[in-house]
Amino acid sequence: MIEADQLTKRYGALTAIEEVTFRVEDGEVLAFLGPNGAGKTTTMRILTGSLPATSGRVRVAGYDIDESPLEVKRRIGYLPETLPLYPEMTVTEYLRYVARIKGVGRAGVRPAVDHAVERCALGQVRGRLIGNLSRGYRQRVGLAQALIHDPPVLVLDEPTGGLDPKQIIEIRELIKTLAGAHTVILSTHILPEATAICQRVIIIHKGRVVAVDTPERLAAQLRGAEQVKVALRRPTAALREALAALPGVLRVAPDGVAAAYGEGAATWLIDCERGQDVREAAARLIVNADGGLVELSAMAMSLEEVFLQLTTDAADRAGASAPDGHHAPSPEQPSEQAPDHDVIELGESGEAGPTDAEDAA
Amino acid sequence: MSKLIAVFSREWRSLIVSPVAAVSVAMFLLVSGYLFYSIVIVASTQTRMMLRMQHMMPQLNANEVILTPSLRNLSVILLLIVPILTMRLMAEEKKQKTSELLLTSPVTVTQIILGKYCAVLALYGVMLGLTLYMPLLLARFGAIAWWPVFSAYLGLFLVGAVFLSVGLLASSLTEHQMVAAITSFSLLLVMWLLGWAGASTADSQVGLLLTKLSILEHLNNFLLGLIDTKDVVYLLGLTAIGLFLTHRVMESQRWR
Repeated sequence: MIEADQLTKRYGALTAIEEVTFRVEDGEVLAFLGPNGAGKTTTMRILTGSLPATSGRVRVAGYDIDESPLEVKRRIGYLPETLPLYPEMTVTEYLRYVARIKGVGRAGVRPAVDHAVERCALGQVRGRLIGNLSRGYRQRVGLAQALIHDPPVLVLDEPTGGLDPKQIIEIRELIKTLAGAHTVILSTHILPEATAICQRVIIIHKGRVVAVDTPERLAAQLRGAEQVKVALRRPTAALREALAALPGVLRVAPDGVAAAYGEGAATWLIDCERGQDVREAAARLIVNADGGLVELSAMAMSLEEVFLQLTTDAADRAGASAPDGHHAPSPEQPSEQAPDHDVIELGESGEAGPTDAEDAA
Repeated sequence: MSKLIAVFSREWRSLIVSPVAAVSVAMFLLVSGYLFYSIVIVASTQTRMMLRMQHMMPQLNANEVILTPSLRNLSVILLLIVPILTMRLMAEEKKQKTSELLLTSPVTVTQIILGKYCAVLALYGVMLGLTLYMPLLLARFGAIAWWPVFSAYLGLFLVGAVFLSVGLLASSLTEHQMVAAITSFSLLLVMWLLGWAGASTADSQVGLLLTKLSILEHLNNFLLGLIDTKDVVYLLGLTAIGLFLTHRVMESQRWR
């Protein structure tokens, strides 16, 4: 549905995004994740045609944004970062206006407005001036504006910004209902949001794509080593050495005392090799040694940690290779290499990653 | 076309609910009304003086003594009011980021510009229409010729059209309304004063050219009851240039 090919945008000497390539399938919900200033908004503005790229191409539903901008714009609903609202209009007037400039036919305007009002729960405020609405309602008017002409593609820049937790849940539910019938791209810096509603995540950092995958796979595969946490009533040095000697275990590190389990109790973190599940062996060993096993759990790396790991400055990781043997992406790397180099290949099955871009080309 | 109408009606609504437009129109009417009043007073004193000298009578008529100067005054007040009316047209959209909605909608720049321009032109038409009380009052208390009134209003409408297109251009150049107002006021003033510069060097070719370029010069014929094709073409042409430049500015801004 959406193909972005090597998008680059420069503002004079400043490079906002560089060679951003990705592809979104029909009915997919995809999140742009990145710290502030990473280039999320710039990418979205290019996709929607409000900003031309310095180089690169965008195709939406088969139409090129530069060659047939009107065809693309007809098919896109866009919620910009700054809400495009006229404070002197009422909600209904505003939505009617948007419906008309989006090309909804005369007869279709009223049902389109009613539908959008209903979907975004704006019934209570539809007669009020936008200027007098609270931030949460304005955000919903912005969303209603993007939905009004029932576009196949929705581009939502921080759709849950400025909302309270209840409203955030409502909007997320709304976006989930859109999936399937609509292709949705949203940007966020709230990680659980991406995990909650998106099928795929693109992590952007300093204008480059650093990872593309499902939230689960990102979390699972980027984790260099599995970690198992154990809590013991009677920890002994011999037991710790025995654990460290288990096949697949890299090291065992004390993680503090576990006072809740009584005097002398401790928790250890067992780092394991990738793909090695040592829980069963560790449990048997500890029980046989009468270590007083009271807790044993696998530590999943949250998307948050993945995100931090990916977006922490390359200087911290310079020279060091990622635990799984792949080189860490570094924005400072000269770009004479193939552009795909910037995309971390996540595990053996990299089909959701860089190869997608090759298919698109 | 329906998109143009949508842009037009939104702009029209914003114009009529905005206090800026209301105050501008009110001030326009207040100042023009006051000037009309003082011209009438002066004219009536003059008339009384002239009545004592019977032979002067045929030279007096309401069109020439009252209406033409009053309507000429309108064009001067326009210099001050038009920049205020037009300053928000594009600048405000950019400031409150609603331009992003327009840019990502299937609307062409031409539709945006024409919609907005027609809205402000319509407001100007209403404003100008409200000054029709001047000839109507005079007709109530005396005899006036209607043809010069018609041609004068046509001329004022066309001059206003030029001013508004210049104002729209200035508004498209910036996101600050005050900057837009100052820019368009300066541009209009220069266009206005070209005639003075021309008059001071009337015998040279340059002076002649400047006089021909002056808006005031072209308005004068209309005020005297003369509708000349070259005046009409000149004013419509300037309007078109203003709109065309606005179009170029908006297109180019996307690329920055």
